Amino acid sequence: MFAIFKKELRAYFTTPIGYVYAGVFLAAAALICAFTTLQQASYNTSSYFQYLLFTFIVLIPLLTMRMFSEERKTRTEQLLLTAPITITGMVLGKYFAAFTLFAATVLVSCLNFVPLLGYTVIEQAAATSDTHIGPMGGQIVGCLLGILLIGAAFIAIGLFVSSLTENQLASAVITIGVLAVLIFVGIVAAKVNSSVVRTVLGWISVLSRYDNFSLGLFDFSALLYYVSISGVFIFLTVRIYEKRRWG
Amino acid sequence: MIKIDHLVKNYGANRAVDDISFEVAPGEIVGLLGPNGAGKSTTMNILAGYLSSTSGRVLVDGLNVLDAPLEVKRRIGYLPEQPPLYLDMTVEEYLIFVYNLKGCTLNRTKHLQEICEVVKLTDVYKRLIKNLSKGFRQRVGIAQALIGNPPVIIFDEPTVGLDPKQIIEIRNLIRTLGRDHTVILSTHILQEVQAVCDRIIIINKGRVVADELTENINRVGANCNRYQAKICGPQREVLSMLRDRTDVVYAEALSARDGDAYVYHIESAKGVDIRKSLFYALSAKGWPLVGLETLGMNLEDIFITVVDKTSDITAQRKPGRAGKKGPSRSVEKDIAQSILDATAAKQESIAPYEGDE
Repeated sequence: MFAIFKKELRAYFTTPIGYVYAGVFLAAAALICAFTTLQQASYNTSSYFQYLLFTFIVLIPLLTMRMFSEERKTRTEQLLLTAPITITGMVLGKYFAAFTLFAATVLVSCLNFVPLLGYTVIEQAAATSDTHIGPMGGQIVGCLLGILLIGAAFIAIGLFVSSLTENQLASAVITIGVLAVLIFVGIVAAKVNSSVVRTVLGWISVLSRYDNFSLGLFDFSALLYYVSISGVFIFLTVRIYEKRRWG
Repeated sequence: MIKIDHLVKNYGANRAVDDISFEVAPGEIVGLLGPNGAGKSTTMNILAGYLSSTSGRVLVDGLNVLDAPLEVKRRIGYLPEQPPLYLDMTVEEYLIFVYNLKGCTLNRTKHLQEICEVVKLTDVYKRLIKNLSKGFRQRVGIAQALIGNPPVIIFDEPTVGLDPKQIIEIRNLIRTLGRDHTVILSTHILQEVQAVCDRIIIINKGRVVADELTENINRVGANCNRYQAKICGPQREVLSMLRDRTDVVYAEALSARDGDAYVYHIESAKGVDIRKSLFYALSAKGWPLVGLETLGMNLEDIFITVVDKTSDITAQRKPGRAGKKGPSRSVEKDIAQSILDATAAKQESIAPYEGDE
């Protein structure tokens, strides 16, 4: 498993994909941060993280599209499947490689908060009253945790899609479609009048469980929800490989 | 070492492997021979644990692939038909990756160095695999299979796409490996198994149609009474002298020439070796015999005969009778008989000039 983890992580940086992903992610994050906080003269970061989630629709498939598709196309999966490792080990190696790069870029994007802290220092020095000035630490930590969990779930979905096809492009497009549905369904749900439909759509929506995180609350049930999405799709990916062996 | 027991593999309605059974002893080099699509690769893929069988079992070292997949996979080095290479790695990176993947415990630098020397990769060790030629890529694939020093090595068509020099090198390598490994290789090139393998298993349409020691098959092929002779001297007189001999049933002059020698096609009476007496007779006449070659039945002939014969046999069988025992002993006997029949038949017909083989 560790060998595959290392190989995949390395592969991101020997191909353009890792750079494209990291570059676009960091640029988008910086832009979004500038527009939502600096331009609005606001310390509130919740909409920054909200918008960041939308970039995942396009960026997560970049991480996952080639994972299994390419192995299948170049027949290198024969090496992995005849090596003395389990299929689960192989899938987890790839999953954690994608998640590591994802988490690393998310952490690097925290540099965006540096200007906010700068303003905080200046404004606090000039402040006359006792009110809180600066970004809310709880909210930032909650949101970071939230988007890391959502990213982890999305990566598992992307991996699953990648294991279905040997065409990278198809894999990417399908993943984009699935992730877009999962995100936009929550927005649609808010516009629906029928409470039944709204509840059902809310169930599908990954965003509905993110709300507590954005308030800076630690929501254990949401954590469990995202972790189980990851688990289910990793399990399904393993099953796809098992099934192909028997097919 | 390896025991394959009534192996069946269906791809949907298509049966790729149909009840194959054979055993391979430790240290044996076995060649799986068969036309394209015969089921060789499928058999090997099942053996290596890449595919699962529909029914039947595979034992390696007494371990079932299904019960102890990791243990079995640890014992097998596998080179698939298309070498599983990551093109954007260097040879070094790739081999280190495979080393880690297999969880190898041997001294890494030393082990990889040894393998690279064996397969002659040292010169390209630091180069990207995508920049290597087909021959080198194949060798990287072989190196990959050797990592961890597995007791069983499986090569699926190891010499496809290589130039003649590389083919010879790879064959020598396989023979060397055969000294302390069990090797199974597949090919549709007959010289290859003849040159390398101790035993030949011929597979056609998913069935084992022949399982013989190489020397036995060669012996069948050598049992022949047709010759090609190159004799200097007046063509007409030589020919009439040949035809006058009582032990020659047929002689003809071919259009080919070798210097001032004419080429003749001679068939002797059955069971008579005319080579020595022919030599003395010609030298008495003052016509030097500059070349004499037995036109044995080569493996191609045997192969085609066996494969044709079994196609007939399978065609005669009623389709769709799954789960029955086969191939029966009688079928295998048919094959052996058909090889002999074919040899005889070939001797009765007159083959045209066959070129230098």
